[in-house]
Amino acid sequence: MNLQLRPALVSFLAISALTGLAYPFVITGLSKLIFPRQAGGSLILKDGKVIGSEWIGQPFTAPKDFWGRPSATVDADNKPLPYNGVNSGGSNLAPSNPDLHKAVQDRIAALRTADPEARGPVPVDLVTASGSGLDPHISPASAAYQVHRVAKARGLDEARVRDLVAAHIEGPQLGVLGESRVNVLKLNLALDQLR
Amino acid sequence: MSATWTQNLLYLALLLGLAYPLGTYMARVLEGEHTLLRPVLGPLERGLYRLMGVREDEDMGWQAYAWSITLIKLLGLAAVFLLMKTQAGLPLNLEHQPNVATDLSFNTAVSFITNTNWQAYSGETTLSYLTQMLGLTVQNFISAATGIAVLVALIRGITRRSATGLGNAWVDLVRSTLYILLPLSFVLALFLVSQGLIQNLSAYVHTAGGQVIAMGPAASQIAIKMLGTNGGGFFGANGAHPFENSSPLSNFVQMLSILAIPAALCLTFGQMVKDRRQGWALLAAMTFIFVGALAVCTQAEVKGNPALTSLGANQVASVVPGLEQPGGNMEGKELRFGPGGSALWATATTAASNGSVNSMHDSFTPLGGLVPLWLIQLGEVVFGGVGSGLYGMLMFALVGVFIGGLMVGRTPEYLGKKVEAFEMKMASIAILLPCAAVLIGTAVSVLVANTAASVSNPGPHGFSQILYAWSSCANNNGSAFGGLNVNTRFYNYGLAIAMLLGRFGVFWPVLALAGSLVKKKYTPEGLGTLPTHTPLFIGVLVGVVLLVGALTFIPALALGPIAEHLALR
Repeated sequence: MNLQLRPALVSFLAISALTGLAYPFVITGLSKLIFPRQAGGSLILKDGKVIGSEWIGQPFTAPKDFWGRPSATVDADNKPLPYNGVNSGGSNLAPSNPDLHKAVQDRIAALRTADPEARGPVPVDLVTASGSGLDPHISPASAAYQVHRVAKARGLDEARVRDLVAAHIEGPQLGVLGESRVNVLKLNLALDQLR
Repeated sequence: MSATWTQNLLYLALLLGLAYPLGTYMARVLEGEHTLLRPVLGPLERGLYRLMGVREDEDMGWQAYAWSITLIKLLGLAAVFLLMKTQAGLPLNLEHQPNVATDLSFNTAVSFITNTNWQAYSGETTLSYLTQMLGLTVQNFISAATGIAVLVALIRGITRRSATGLGNAWVDLVRSTLYILLPLSFVLALFLVSQGLIQNLSAYVHTAGGQVIAMGPAASQIAIKMLGTNGGGFFGANGAHPFENSSPLSNFVQMLSILAIPAALCLTFGQMVKDRRQGWALLAAMTFIFVGALAVCTQAEVKGNPALTSLGANQVASVVPGLEQPGGNMEGKELRFGPGGSALWATATTAASNGSVNSMHDSFTPLGGLVPLWLIQLGEVVFGGVGSGLYGMLMFALVGVFIGGLMVGRTPEYLGKKVEAFEMKMASIAILLPCAAVLIGTAVSVLVANTAASVSNPGPHGFSQILYAWSSCANNNGSAFGGLNVNTRFYNYGLAIAMLLGRFGVFWPVLALAGSLVKKKYTPEGLGTLPTHTPLFIGVLVGVVLLVGALTFIPALALGPIAEHLALR
């Protein structure tokens, strides 16, 4: 065992320097060079100020905005703080947990209250919390469900809003991977540009 | 719906397609033959040996080999622990993270040296960038490389005849790191950044609207987290965090990289024992169990939660243009992955000892959650961890030939080596020790009153949370039913012991067994030899794995997910 001390120490230090310093630093440098936008968090700027990241959802609650998925993130004191970008996580509620059933029921009620005329059943992704609590997307069905409310609140023609949503639908990547989705932040920003 | 199954099929095809070239390449690396990267990295490799005072051809007996692996792991344990205890005063702590509590530091250090990567903390609220890089990223490499090293030693135990040496642990470690893990991680990290993963050393971003967004050198750690079947997330939400797994394509490629090396190592094995059919047979047995598990998990998650339908939520998937929705059980899942991409990840990450998640397993349907739990309990041998999965599966293969031998009344042998009492004892210890840790740990947790208070879901699901935690740690997986509050002294120390048992308690008997096999003469195949490459043997192997897993855990599973399934309407 003593014989192995030197190779153990040297290999540990060498592999640490190589994989713990050189490797992440080189990847950081190359990423900044080749993919500066992505490496920095795909930030969205407006008038020189950072207003968010393309990948990180935000808590929209006004009737005039499209709402994202419910978020179960909390603050440092464990109080609810939806879309907390420094404490990601899900609700971890079991499918059998009455708290989950209550939460879903309340969210459906809130959507119905915000727009009593909305048609059709509520898509499940709009009333269930995401895994990260930062999900930037909703399904096209969830966007469609909200078109009437948003158009009414903004005094816009429903068809214009629907067209805008349609323009923001991203299909499965490469045709087969993942789900069709709408980026809520980008959609709301585009909505603000509509006159 | 159909897109989900298309994605699953594409996944299997690419996984098996990649296994052959990658497996062949790894065999060449591990046998010290010429490869494409040797001219580039060869000087670095030889320089390291000189610094270490190691000769490439210096053989080690099994004990020296096991001590070497143990030593480098203990050094890692000390380094991670010290980094966490002192990070407040060290560089690259842009968010002024304080030093970490002793029990959590110990738990995390054990977790990362054992390739478990269980996390009782959230990365973005707890660790400095230096701790992430120099502490955790390093262990992501070393714990995977040691897994490959132990596997190679076992293979040499099988192939060498009347010898004593199992090869050199340092050489195997350096080669696995330099030629396999590092180059693959390098390419994967850059690809993931192109998809939107972050890689920077910036302070957290404060937006005009008051949102704070975590930053950091994520992609470099995530690449080896996936390839080394480590699974420890850079962020709390792990692969569900958009900065850790941004697009459906990054999701797909990360899922492939979970199983790529473990699958390919089967064929590396076939090549090194000079009988490719043996490798294909092991790969076939693993794939068989995997496909069954994947089908059950996918079906359960796509179908959704029956309790939500009656509340008025629409869980039926739709592909109508403009009204597309994934449907299914979406609680705890990301929209871009949907129930399909989440179920595939959950199956792959628990078949392998990866343990990363892209959705919250705690919120899976009872049957959807049963699959990852049971795959872990099978001992992480369905692909399993890098190296550790295959050496675990080889233990089951030995049990398989032993049972087969008993049936026909002959001395069992595997690849020309007689399997005798000592080998069976070691294989049994390696298989049963983690099982015992799971059941005893769960029983103790349920009996200690204030520990039961850690449970966050009522009813049978609360029991499942505890069972999952012990299964995950004792088998070095690292995923969790995350609602369980495990950042307590009881769980931090108790689960750390389970993780140590699950790693050291397995690789020591495996190396002892290799040390015994290597001394044996070659026994030529005879009439009574059970061939180990045929469909019959694949069936025996699958049977042994399922039987041990079923007999050990069905009573416990009946109290958790099965009871919950029967109660959920």
